[in-house]
This record gives sequence, structure tokens and C-alpha cells, in this order.
Amino acid sequence: MPTSLVVNGRRHETDLPPDMPLLWVLRDELGLPGTKYGCGVGACGACTVHVAGRAVRACQVALADVQGSVTTIEGLGTPERPAPIQEEWIRHQVAQCGYCQSGQIMQAAALLAENPTPDDDAIDTAMAGNLCRCGTYSRIRAAIHAAARRMQGG
Amino acid sequence: MAFGVYQARRNLPNPLVAGPGEAVLNPWLIIAGDGRITIITPRAEMGQGVQTTLAALVAEELDADWQQITALHGPAAQVYYNGVLIGLGLPFRDYALKRWQARVQKATDFLPRMMGMQVTGGSTSMRDGFEKMRLAGATARETLKLAAAQRLGLPAETLHTESGRVIAPDGRSLSYGELAGEAAAIPPPDGVALRPPARWKYLGRAMPRTDMVAKCTGTAEFGIDIRLPGMKFATVRMNPARTGMKGFDATAAKAMPGVERIVDLGDGIAVVASNTWLAMQAADAVEIEWEPPAWPPDSAGLEAMITAALDDSPNSHLRDDGDAAGQLARPPAGARLVEAEYRVPWLAHATMEPMNATALLEGDRLTIWSPNQAPLIAREKAAATLDLDEENVTVNTTFLGGGFGRRGEFDFTVLAARVAAAMPGVPVKVTWSREEDMTHDFYRPAAAARMRGLVADGTALALEARVAAPSVSRQASMRLAGLAPPGPDKGHVEGIFDQPYAIPHYSVYGHLADLALPVGFWRSVANSFNGFFHECFIDELAHAAGRDPLQFRLDLIRPAHAPSAMLLERLREMAGWSGRTPEGVGRGVALTYSFGTPVAEVVELRDSPRGIRVHEAWITVDPGTALDPGIIRAQMESGLIFGLSAAIHGQITFAGGAAEQRNFPDYELLRMHTTPKIHVDILENNKGPDGNAIGGTGEPGTPPAMPAIANALFDLTGRRARRLPLAGDFDFAV
Ligand code: FES
Ligand code: FES
Repeated sequence: MPTSLVVNGRRHETDLPPDMPLLWVLRDELGLPGTKYGCGVGACGACTVHVAGRAVRACQVALADVQGSVTTIEGLGTPERPAPIQEEWIRHQVAQCGYCQSGQIMQAAALLAENPTPDDDAIDTAMAGNLCRCGTYSRIRAAIHAAARRMQGG
Repeated sequence: MAFGVYQARRNLPNPLVAGPGEAVLNPWLIIAGDGRITIITPRAEMGQGVQTTLAALVAEELDADWQQITALHGPAAQVYYNGVLIGLGLPFRDYALKRWQARVQKATDFLPRMMGMQVTGGSTSMRDGFEKMRLAGATARETLKLAAAQRLGLPAETLHTESGRVIAPDGRSLSYGELAGEAAAIPPPDGVALRPPARWKYLGRAMPRTDMVAKCTGTAEFGIDIRLPGMKFATVRMNPARTGMKGFDATAAKAMPGVERIVDLGDGIAVVASNTWLAMQAADAVEIEWEPPAWPPDSAGLEAMITAALDDSPNSHLRDDGDAAGQLARPPAGARLVEAEYRVPWLAHATMEPMNATALLEGDRLTIWSPNQAPLIAREKAAATLDLDEENVTVNTTFLGGGFGRRGEFDFTVLAARVAAAMPGVPVKVTWSREEDMTHDFYRPAAAARMRGLVADGTALALEARVAAPSVSRQASMRLAGLAPPGPDKGHVEGIFDQPYAIPHYSVYGHLADLALPVGFWRSVANSFNGFFHECFIDELAHAAGRDPLQFRLDLIRPAHAPSAMLLERLREMAGWSGRTPEGVGRGVALTYSFGTPVAEVVELRDSPRGIRVHEAWITVDPGTALDPGIIRAQMESGLIFGLSAAIHGQITFAGGAAEQRNFPDYELLRMHTTPKIHVDILENNKGPDGNAIGGTGEPGTPPAMPAIANALFDLTGRRARRLPLAGDFDFAV
């Protein structure tokens, strides 16, 4: 089915099955491997991206249901110009294996967009669906708090 | 000695080839004309930060500028063998290591060298690389000075190095980039002395990780991210029992658009398609009839074999201090007998990145991209499977989205090679579904323990432990070499025969259950169950003796190993351990000495309206020398969380010859809101017989977590937790 899709500000014309999950469209068809496959059933958060500014599990969104522009980790920042939240991730040396971190960062970025001063409970609630097998949770929490302070100009 | 080792190593071929404008100084170092330094860090980066610290070891002696460094896995090559792998398998107790034993360990370096064991595992990377990598840096630095001396017409002794430059007394300086070409032509000097820790600039500090920026921007390339021109996407379905396939019907799958090939692998099938999702959909649509397993098909039958092994004759008796059997048969007057049995289940690795690999067969040449922990083994096995010359097989190691021992296996790499063999000339990426990953693991084995002990006068008089489980080392060496080493299996009793306790009558038997169900190395291996058995039972003994469990341990540990005692004392201070907890709060303590490093942990639980919560945890660790405290802290937290996830939730059960847990909803882990606040302190007293020991840190954080939380549950509820996972018997908040 021909579909037009805006990802990281670029329009792509695709001809793919309408039920194909956005995750695999991004990874295999558009060549954006930063978004990860962890479970395929909405249970790990590794595939988290933004659709119209909201965090969604890309493995659970069919191509036909994508309403609005998509932002992936590649669209958030680059190694040369990381987004402030990515800078805090780097400053706090959050990643271990790193595999879950695209999803963690996208989930946290959506949280901060919605709630610029999240407390620990808000972080718990927002991040509860993002698994990290390496157990980087405490540094993720610290990086989110630091990014929030930074957004407040503090 | 150090110098001798380096000489021997230097005879192995250097696999590096200089690119344009580059100079290769040794197998670990490439310097480009513009001053960029590439350090080959030939251990798998799977999250443990190994590339950063291996690179720091080289950079420290090289006086390199950290900003100019790139760390790479590099090619698979014999020169990158892990020299400590065999020596650390000898049945010595690390905490009581004698000088001669340390020498014997070192003398085994030639074995992994000969066998080309380029393996990341056993928390050995720093133990192997500590001297090797610094020598690579120091020797290169001296060579660069010789090159500068020629250019400047000055004696090399008058020159010094700083931040990637050689500097003359008159202030003139030359960059490493300018000198590298000439330096590469100079024979490296012998016997270069290494700097004492007091002069370290990078080592001993938390360095910015070399992989951090890539991993925070989605640009780190994992195996699953490999993309090659013309590449096809595939997935596999194999028999969970690994016994083969009776037949299959792929009619429906073949008809699905985008499906290019169904490959009959004999023992399973692969679907090759135009994207991974199509491949997975089609693979699900294939109807397959599997051969039955060569082991009891369900958990009850499997567990019965483990229980039965407890009554069989033991494979090992690696601890036999005093006369535990005699004491237990005729306890002295006033001694109290304590008996308990413990059980733990099978566990999956559940690396965040599912198993995958990519392969391309062109004529008689095979190229592989694989997130793996043992590239030379992968190469050998892939070559043997496709009947190719090993020299014609190239293995590229990508980042690993978690390893934990799973990626030391070669099954996923060989599978990719087999699928590629059906598509000559076409690169094929084979990605397993999460379901395939979880049901085709090499599991941490289930295990059972029968413990007996005597307490008298407030201390432990005797402890006898019997541990039964399938042998991980035997299975692994069968897979690797087709034979299992005879004799006592040390790996099976690690974490229980080698603990730093001075119990006068102390006896540990290992019993092997002969089960074909695939088992493998899972972060901390047997320590992961033996630590639980030992430290839960020590807690039971402490309570039977009417003693505070931390003080009880301290009294037994102090005479055996002073650094471990200091670790417990520091832990007591940090956690504010008083031996008393208010209503609704429970605390437990445990210590396990594994991989050369003792780790002590306190876990605090709290009742809440939503169930029991893991509220806080304290960790003290002593690796002897802390090369990167930032990474060690991260590994301690990671290890604790890994252990707590297993203790509370982890279990793989079997029915119909396959694991019943297939994806994360069935295999719960700790999450942001269920992870405790964690405090870590690092001590450096555990220096070993030669005063320069260095312990592992990737695994030792895991074993004490499980008994610490079980002991905390006893403090909280008055009920002993003698089997895992705890969520089966206790009400945890989720
Ligand atoms: S891959 Fe989408 S939630 Fe796990
Ligand atoms: S960093 Fe490895 S899974 Fe999160």
C-alpha cells in the first residue's frame, strides 16, 4: 500500500503492507537502525519513538496507523550535535551495552516534553515500560533529573 | 616474567594491516598521520565497559590524548588470546592463593595461546590485559621516542612524552602522527618498565567511555544493525530440544509476498525475505514437527534428575577441612544441628538484543558479522560446518546488546553461516525472534543443595554442602571440543568450595546431574546458585547460633581473609547495620568471593500496601586494583540488579520439551520503579600473594544479591526462602 511517511523531518514514500509495524519500516526499509527490536510485543520499550510528539512502541504501531510525523533517536540529535537530554546521558555515562538506550532516551524525552520537572514518582511511571537488562536505571534517573534542571535553565 | 610473556607473544603474527597514512606499531595499536590513535581492544564490548578500560591501559603508558582515541574490537586472531583463561580454572581458592599457585596459573598462558582462545568471559579481561595492554602502550611510546631521537639528533633518554607528542628538553616537539611511520620501522625495545600506580593519570579514574556517544545517539552498530548492499533478511525456527526435525509444511509461508526462500536446515528452517518482519511472519506460518527431546520433557522430570544426583556419588570434594562427616555423625555436646535444602530454577540470559548474525558466502570465502564473545571459536565452527578453510573465514565482531555468557556460544553464528550457504553471493542477516531466543537458550542450570551444619558457642563448628546440577563446563567443552575433561569439576562448585570462611570442619561435594538439556555460562555461572546456597545457609547458622548474621560472618571470615573482613566492616558502616530493623523493614546480608573479587551486599526490603518493595541496597567490592571506579560502580549496580531480577522473578520452566517462557511478559525483570536505591563503595585491599592482584568485576556483583534478598525476607517475615524465584512464595510489589 503506498504510504507517505515523515520521519525525522524527511518525507518517505513507501509501498509496504499496511499492517507492517513501524519498527521494521524504520529499521529495514528506511535504514534507521537506532530504533531497536527487543520483544515485538510492546513489553520492553526498546523500540520507543515519537509519533506526533508522543512516545509510542514502534513494534505496536502498524504503518497504516501512523498519524503524524515520526521522530527516532537519529532525529533527536547526532554524535556531533547531541540533544541536551543526550548530553546528560553522556555526562552521566548511562549506557552499558546500550541496546535499550534509544528507547529509554525517547521515552524520557517525551516525559520531559510533557512534564518539565518530573519527580521520582513521575519518572517511575513514565519509564516503567522500558526494560534495561544491564540495570542502568539509577543513572537514567539521574540523567533525567539533570536534563530537567537544564531545561529550567538551572 | 612480564617481559618474557611479551617476547613469546610477539612471535604470533600481527593481523593488522596499515591503511593509507597509518602505521601499525603492534597488534594493539595503529597511529594515523593526523595523530588519531586506534587501540585494538580484543574483548567483546557487551556493556561491561571493557573497551574503555583496555584502551585506558594502553593510553596510560602511551601518554595518548584520550580525545584522539578510537577503540575497536579488531580482527579475530590468535595474538588476542586470553592468557588467564585456563590458569583461573585450576582448583585453587583465590582468597588463599599461594605464590606457587599464582606461578602455576601464569605458566598456563601457553595453553590458551596455543588454542587461540580469544574469549571474553569469566570476568578475566582485566586480569589478562592489565600487563599486556600497558606493555603495548609503553613499548610503542619508547619506539616513538627512538624515532624522535633520530629526527632531532638527540639521545632518546632526554625526551619525554605528553598528550600524543614527544617533547625535547629545548621545547621542540613532534606529534605521534608525524613519527608513527618511522617508529613502525624501528624494532620495539625490550624490557620497558611499567609505571607505578602513583604515576597513573587515566587508570584509577572514571574515564568517559569510548562507546558512550554512539550508544546515546543510536549510532552504535550492534549485530542486529548490520546492513550490507543487497542484503536479505532472515529468521530461523529451530527445535527447542535441539534434536532435529521430522518434517515441515511451508505452503502457507511460501505464498506470503516478500518471502524469497524457505531453507530446509534439516534440524529447523530459515525464511529469507525482503525484511525481518516478513521473515518472522512467514516463519510462524510454517508448520513443523520436531523430534522429541533427549531429556525429560517437563520441569518435574528434569528436577527429579537433579534431586537424584544429590544421592549419587559426588564428582568433586574440593573442600575438605577438618572432619565434617565425623562431627555431623557425632555432634559434640551442646552443638546444634541445622539442616536445609535449597533449589533454584533454570534461567535465561535474555540479552536485550536477541541472537543474530550476518553472513556472506562468496565462493569458498565466508564473511561473518556477529555480536559474539569468542570469534576464533565461531570461525572454527563456521568453517567446519561449511567445510571451508579457516583462513577463508573472516569474523567481524560488532557491539553486543548484552552477552552475560550467552554470546560465548557459537550456535547463532554458525546458523547464519548455514543460511548464507543456501544463498551464495547474497549477504543474509539472520535475526531471531525474542521467542526463538528465549526458547533456544543455553540456560543457567537448575540446581539443588543439601546443607548440614553444626553451631556451638555462637559460631559455626561444621558445614557440609552437597550441590547438584548439570555441569556447564562439561557441556560447553563437549560442544567445543567433543570431549569433557575428566576429574573434579571446579566450575560446578565455585562460590561454595572457595569461600573465605574459617569453619573448622568444612566439606563441599559437587554432584553432577547427567542431563542433555542445554545449559551454559550465565553471568557468574555456578556462583549464581552456590552463592545463594552458601550465604542463605550461613544465615540460618547465624540465627541458630543466636548471633547477628553480619557479626557471625565477620568472626568466621576475619581469620580466613582480612580484605573480605574489611569489606564487611565497611558495609556495616555504610548501611548503618545495627542488626535490628523496625516492623515492616527487613535487611539481609551476604558475601560471595568470585572471579578474584569479594563482594558484600546488604538488601533492605519494606512492606508497602502494594506488596514487598526492594527499598535500598549497599555494596562493597574489592577488586584489589580499581582501574575504572565509574565502570566498576556501574557493574556492581548491574550485577546486583541482574541477581535481584533472577531472585524475585527469574525462572524457565519446561513443558513438552520446550521452555514455557517465550518473551518478556513471562520473564520479568527489575524495572525503574522496582529497582532499589543503590550505594557502592570500592576498596583496594585484596592484593593477592604478589601484591598486584586484580579481580574481575563484570560478574561478582550478581551472586550475593540473591541470598541477601532471601535473608532480608527472613528478617522481614520470619519465613525462610529456600527456593527461587521468591515471587512464587512472597508477595512482591510489581
Ligand atoms: S520491541 Fe517494541 S516494546 Fe519491545
Ligand atoms: S544498557 Fe544494556 S539493556 Fe540497557
